[in-house]
Amino acid sequence: MDSGKIDEIIDRHRGKSGDLIHVLMEIQHKNHWLPRDVLHQVAAALEIPFSRVLRVATLYKTFSLTPRGRHEVHVCTGISCHLRGAKQLLESVERATGIRPGETDTAARFSLETGSCLGSCSLGPEIIVDGKHHARMTPEKVEDVLKEYQ
Amino acid sequence: MTRLQSAAELELLRAGILSARDAARPCIAVCTGAACNGLDSARVARAFEVEAGKMAPGAGIEVRATGCHGFCEKGPNVVVGPDDICYFEVTPDDVPEIIASALKGEVVERLVYKHPETGEKAVHMGEVPFYRHQTRLLIGDNIRIDPKRIEDYVAVGGYAALAKALFQMTPDQVVDEVKKASLRGRGGGGFPAGQKWETAKNAPGDEKYVIVNGHEGEPGAFMDRALFTGNPHKVLEGLIIGAYAIGSHRGFIYTRHDSPQLIEHIETALAQAEEYGLLGENILGSGFDFRVEVHFDVGIFVSGESSALMRSIEGQPPEPRPKYIRTSVAGIWDKPSNLNNVETWANVPQIISRGAEWYAGIGTERSKGTKLVSLSGNVVNSGVVEVPMGTPLRKIVYDMGGGIPGGKAAKAVHFGGPMGGSIPASLIDAPLDFDELAALGAPIGAGGLLVMDEDTDMVDVARYFLEFLTNESCGKCVPCREGMRQTLKVLTNITKGKGRDGDIGRLEDLNDVTGAACLCALGRTASDPLKSMLRYFKDEYELQIARGSQAAGNTAK
Amino acid sequence: MSEIVMQIDGKEVKASDGMTVLQAARVAGIHIPTVCHHDKLEPFGGCRMCMVEVEVRGRKSYVVSCLYPVAPDLVVHTRSERVDKIRRVILEELLAHAPNSPELVALAAEYGADRDRFDKDPSFCILCGLCVRYCAEVKQKNAVDFIERGAQRAISFIPEIAAKECWDCQECFAICPTSYAQAAYFLTEALAFPGRRKSAMHGA
Repeated sequence: MDSGKIDEIIDRHRGKSGDLIHVLMEIQHKNHWLPRDVLHQVAAALEIPFSRVLRVATLYKTFSLTPRGRHEVHVCTGISCHLRGAKQLLESVERATGIRPGETDTAARFSLETGSCLGSCSLGPEIIVDGKHHARMTPEKVEDVLKEYQ
Repeated sequence: MTRLQSAAELELLRAGILSARDAARPCIAVCTGAACNGLDSARVARAFEVEAGKMAPGAGIEVRATGCHGFCEKGPNVVVGPDDICYFEVTPDDVPEIIASALKGEVVERLVYKHPETGEKAVHMGEVPFYRHQTRLLIGDNIRIDPKRIEDYVAVGGYAALAKALFQMTPDQVVDEVKKASLRGRGGGGFPAGQKWETAKNAPGDEKYVIVNGHEGEPGAFMDRALFTGNPHKVLEGLIIGAYAIGSHRGFIYTRHDSPQLIEHIETALAQAEEYGLLGENILGSGFDFRVEVHFDVGIFVSGESSALMRSIEGQPPEPRPKYIRTSVAGIWDKPSNLNNVETWANVPQIISRGAEWYAGIGTERSKGTKLVSLSGNVVNSGVVEVPMGTPLRKIVYDMGGGIPGGKAAKAVHFGGPMGGSIPASLIDAPLDFDELAALGAPIGAGGLLVMDEDTDMVDVARYFLEFLTNESCGKCVPCREGMRQTLKVLTNITKGKGRDGDIGRLEDLNDVTGAACLCALGRTASDPLKSMLRYFKDEYELQIARGSQAAGNTAK
Repeated sequence: MSEIVMQIDGKEVKASDGMTVLQAARVAGIHIPTVCHHDKLEPFGGCRMCMVEVEVRGRKSYVVSCLYPVAPDLVVHTRSERVDKIRRVILEELLAHAPNSPELVALAAEYGADRDRFDKDPSFCILCGLCVRYCAEVKQKNAVDFIERGAQRAISFIPEIAAKECWDCQECFAICPTSYAQAAYFLTEALAFPGRRKSAMHGA
């Protein structure tokens, strides 16, 4: 964790309680998770009760209160992908990684997420690893795709 | 660049941009929209730039990385101007051949559209079936525009409508024009935009806000992103005109955080507009000031609901407020706040420049203009289409969408995602019209059209939407949080063959109360998919429940 | 403040501008059931039990009386077949979580709600938010708040704050309709700061 960068983000929003979501988003993007002591710092700097910081941090899917794996695996479960077999694809990813959506494996290699349609429905079903789309997937192809990410 | 000081300076700028261009010179548009981007079209664009860079300056070809062209299924898409030759599924290896042919005025036959059954080829955009039946007033410019270059938008006539509004029209006249055009909100409700503007304009107070809802969290809806990412200035121009009409000096864009491209294009557009004097203080020398800030949803569907969205902009948790006082009167920080979605704002410039009468000539009696539709599901051609209101759904699904893959039959079409509804394929001749589709139980919503083939399990579709919403609601009010939780349990049991007698009654009661008693539009319309299912596909539900209760009966024996 | 004349259940009721329908009804001695309402707190509009039928210029709609403002000539019905159905189903949904809450059981008897109608999910908390809002609005301690969202929403005592503030307060326990607030607090205490009770007793 780069505490200098986090301090810099927090400093820029000091005293501005309306910036809470912005601050948490910037820290999440930089640090990939939100440690509890950082949330305390945010609460103090923005002059917001800690409980409200925690409430907002647990409400949004993007915010993670635990460390993430080296690779983010996103299985699209949008309706179009669902109709094209996203469920079987997800099961295959779960088997390959040994984790369920929202979890990170013990070796911190993968974090798995599902959900929000990214609007590339013609590619479905798809998985997105570290932002790279793997289009028109089948459960059988999962092992091969994930092999690239160590 | 110094800031433009008048409408005349804007026209001078436009003339300068156009005169520096040779309209006959080949111009290559590489789609970098969401789907093409997922197919690595960025590599195709780079290959074009490298190849074009090898040529002598002046003799060359113009290459443009653009927003979504629409035909996502066949990406990466490349369109070669000036004749708009369409190439599909282009790889970096195809690039030298495309450039060589473009310079010679020839066509690369192997990359053009071939009809999957007849094998008939279509070379130009106007001939490709997917595009041929469309009326692309909003998205058509995407192939002419690099979203990071304001000059491209100005070249196609951009900001002329703003100049017209500021210098030739009073705010009241702008509101009137939008009212006369009968522009209805494209975000879901179909509420008349002009009427909403008027309420905000007449609401007491000096401080007023205008907001672009670019949340688009509905699964299967991707047309707003295609438009906003591909042509951000069009939306921005609409917003500035609206701000002028309403008397607002501060605007907000609320959008998704998960598309880096979208964010980059919006932020670039805002910076460029400011630089050119189209935003900020004294816009085009008119004395009108307006600023825009960007806020992000970081991952919850309910934050697209207007009152929840406004709470987010205030920095509060996105919990909706009951709208006994309209947000146009008391919205962000209780100030009058006018919210429209991306597509609604994008319609405004053309209404101002071409007039309400022209606009109202397109569409049906009560639904005017064109509508962007994102087509997905069990359909041959997924993508973004734009058609006049009133177009029969059959035309969208079959003529543009190419029908159902694998020779299967269509079972149903679904509009509006988790807050919409499904109608059986027998009603596919219904027109794309706010009121007619709402009456059938499949309100257009934002415009996500999902095609379902004969194998689709309709209980599972309702279950899917409920599962989505139970995770994406805020959880504040009981009929939404608990009603959906219980509905989901009943539906899950049915799909697992554990249906029980009385399940239909349980579903109907739960759904009725959710629809009537929820705090916000998310909750109240969450009941719509199931309502439409019980209207058209009740047999299928009863059959699955009977299977469950029979099985239970057998075990009991 | 100007006086407003309106009608509730056929009775002419006088109210003043700025009041809610619930307040006007109470002043007139007309009972509307509530779960998440508390006089010391800002109206929340979460439980939806106080829904009533209103008629404005002949148009009927269903609104929560704890938030709906009074208006001249407003016609309100606090009971109707539809209102009762809404309350009954809401009670059945809440009873799936807290089947033995005395407050809910009493209301269930009045509205004919069947506590076994839906699948049980005895979390005991019905998320009325009384503890959360009381702690924030009245005590201004923010020791307990909502976490998560949708069906996963829960209340959570924040150990860092609760360890300092709760022992001498505990006022939210009494207003909780299911006694879950108390349980949640002691669970937090046992897990996060188990020495607290002992030292308090020693101090006494």
